[in-house]
Amino acid sequence: MTPPPRFIPDRLQSRAARALRSWETILVAVAIAIFITNSFMSPFFLNAWNLSDATFNFTEKAMIAFAMAMLIIAGEIDLSVASIIALASTAMGLAMQAGAGVPVLVLAGMGTGLICGAVNGFLVAGLGLPSIVVTIGTLSLFRGIAFIVLGDKAFTGYPPEFAFFGQGYVWWVFSFELVLFAVLAVIYWVLLHRTSFGRAVYAIGNNATAAQFSGIRVARVRFILFLMTGLMSGIAAVCLTSRLGSTRPSIATGWELEVVTMVVLGGVSILGGAGSIPGVVLAAFIMGMVTFGFGLLNVPGIVMSIFLGVLLISVIALPRLFRRG
Amino acid sequence: MPPVLSLRGISKSFPGVKALQDVQLDLYQGQVTALIGENGAGKSTIVKVLTGIYQPDAGTITLDGKSVRFPTAQSATRAGVTAIHQETVLFDELSVAENIWLGHAPRTRLGLLDWRSIREGARRLLAEIGSDLDPDQRLGDLGIASKHLVAIARALSTDARVVILDEPTAALSHKEIHELYDLVETLKAKGKAILFISHKFDEIYHIADRYTVFRDGQFVGEGAISDVTEGQLVHMMVGRSVDQIFPSRARNIGDPVLTVAGYNHPTEFADIGFTLHRGEILGFYGLVGAGRSELMQALFGITRPSKGAVRIGADIRVIRSTHDAIAAGIVYVPEDRGKQGAIRALPIFQNITLPSLSRTSRAGFLRLAREFKLARDYTQRLDLRAAALDQELGLLSGGNQQKVVIAKWLAMRPRVIILDEPTKGIDIGSKAAVHEFMAELAAEGLAVIMVSSEIPEVLGMSDRVIVMREGRIIDEVTGERMTPETLVRAAAGISEAA
Repeated sequence: MTPPPRFIPDRLQSRAARALRSWETILVAVAIAIFITNSFMSPFFLNAWNLSDATFNFTEKAMIAFAMAMLIIAGEIDLSVASIIALASTAMGLAMQAGAGVPVLVLAGMGTGLICGAVNGFLVAGLGLPSIVVTIGTLSLFRGIAFIVLGDKAFTGYPPEFAFFGQGYVWWVFSFELVLFAVLAVIYWVLLHRTSFGRAVYAIGNNATAAQFSGIRVARVRFILFLMTGLMSGIAAVCLTSRLGSTRPSIATGWELEVVTMVVLGGVSILGGAGSIPGVVLAAFIMGMVTFGFGLLNVPGIVMSIFLGVLLISVIALPRLFRRG
Repeated sequence: MPPVLSLRGISKSFPGVKALQDVQLDLYQGQVTALIGENGAGKSTIVKVLTGIYQPDAGTITLDGKSVRFPTAQSATRAGVTAIHQETVLFDELSVAENIWLGHAPRTRLGLLDWRSIREGARRLLAEIGSDLDPDQRLGDLGIASKHLVAIARALSTDARVVILDEPTAALSHKEIHELYDLVETLKAKGKAILFISHKFDEIYHIADRYTVFRDGQFVGEGAISDVTEGQLVHMMVGRSVDQIFPSRARNIGDPVLTVAGYNHPTEFADIGFTLHRGEILGFYGLVGAGRSELMQALFGITRPSKGAVRIGADIRVIRSTHDAIAAGIVYVPEDRGKQGAIRALPIFQNITLPSLSRTSRAGFLRLAREFKLARDYTQRLDLRAAALDQELGLLSGGNQQKVVIAKWLAMRPRVIILDEPTKGIDIGSKAAVHEFMAELAAEGLAVIMVSSEIPEVLGMSDRVIVMREGRIIDEVTGERMTPETLVRAAAGISEAA
């Protein structure tokens, strides 16, 4: 009596067709264009060691950007990440003065990051406060503590073995930081795109109420995401402190905005619900190459920040202009 | 008399869908035209074309004999076409008067807002439709019925010639619906041309002068409502005759599944106790605000009761979160599909598998092939109409979105399913499908709770009906007492002897 049910195909267009029209494709094109421009502008650009050096200006920020991307996709934000670096680095300095070895130093940095993340997570997920207000507050709070501890002094004299995290090479031109960046990129790609946790992040970012009505433990996911940005800031603090060989309370000032820029440039919707890890990886490379290229040409830093600002706005505005046409 | 507004040959396509194909629609001065069609017939699309939100791919719009175009929503309003939607698009934080005049408020000679005229004008417009709402009241403090009044006053303030009422009664109680009928009469008397969209035939026959039927994006027929029977309209809508009779089923009621005792909430409900059995459909009837949805949401772990126990099978379960409820085998299809049920920007299959991910994934890692299979199994069972399973849910019609939300929960294989107004705002075809499906589920041994404000549905589907009023269970109706009169009297608090 009833006709057989209609067959509904899995996909309307193949994954390849969809990928070709994605944001990431635009970013690849931008990255290639910048790469080619740079290699014509400076004879020093196409040099393996120079390129390797250049990766240091984005690897630490990109580590945080992976966790930040997931947080922003879930509809939250953490503006305290740079201050967490300052506090974690200070904790490492204190541990060093107490005579701690390298493993303890690393644990101190990561542990401080986790604790800071837990504070943010409790205030946002536990008490239901808006994350932008909470993390502006902890932005001042965490760095404030670092200033109280250090004043205008600095911690120096980290043990030589500690330098490996920020200055060491795993193989040939591949630094420890670059390898860590690559490993973390894969881990975060899997986490966001291939696990049920990642699916929950998208669901919460698109409609937190419906996600809750579907049995997702929304507060728990949010808390974990804040723990993750805290932990990644702690890891970045280990790398950065090791690279600089010292801790000052002003360390990593302003990084939170560069991290958010990287995430948004990578195609993550600032309103939540959409974005990808490959996009953030590409954005990291683009920002790194622009910084490096301008550095080779002796362009002042302020011009660089103007360029990045224009790049960010145009990359976001162009697709919208085209779609309207 | 020529029509005030006339649409001819209107077509509109979206990727993969022809939403409208060469349709026509005429609206006449002082008359109500009912637009009838199943979900997905193109009713919402034509409303969006009329109000300047969509641009048609082809066709003409004629207003008072002149060809017009509505490139923006403002241009439609300026031309005198205004729409009142099922979920009113007004601003909760603004006052009644500000909502009425927003965008075209009277100004003083200096160009500043003329607050006196705004208030007085608002009061006058509200009085015209027989309302004494305070113009200074914050809109968010009003009920839906009062918000409709404000929306209609707003329509009058723009001197609208054409008023579109898009399922205005969907969220109204019985009494409020009758007030709305009076209002429509007022608008007719003022010579407005009215387009009335509804799924309820009693309303259409009560209020409409003319009808136009769409089916699958195409025009099927039009005429005077007095010349057509309900059966003929249904036939036009679905292209086949649909039995409006509810599915008959063998009553096979088993052991108790869910027992609720002494359930209390600080503000929403008190002293709730009932038992639900395997294979049973238990109806919950009451007026809007009787506490039915709040009770169901407490059972589902959204709100916390202050006191009381829930027993599932033989175990007492404490439900603190939706996660606990789902683990206990209770699932809930919410009334507010847009906010609570559907994640519109996610693909269909991801909506369906969201609560089932622990089953389709392995150690937390997704297995897409399994997700697609699970989604396909349940969407086919519900006869979903979609181009692909990775389509965004938001692209489907309301009825099909509801099917996805129901499929999401069936895929969990629950013990108790709570359906809150499951057929609200969906067409007859989808409605019959949902009803048939509920009967099937009960026959398979699932325990079903159905919250509904539609008396025919409650009586037609339920084995037993619990009536709630002001947060309390006031009657349990079975057997021969299951009549419309009993339910209405109980819900309204009229004693049976009176």
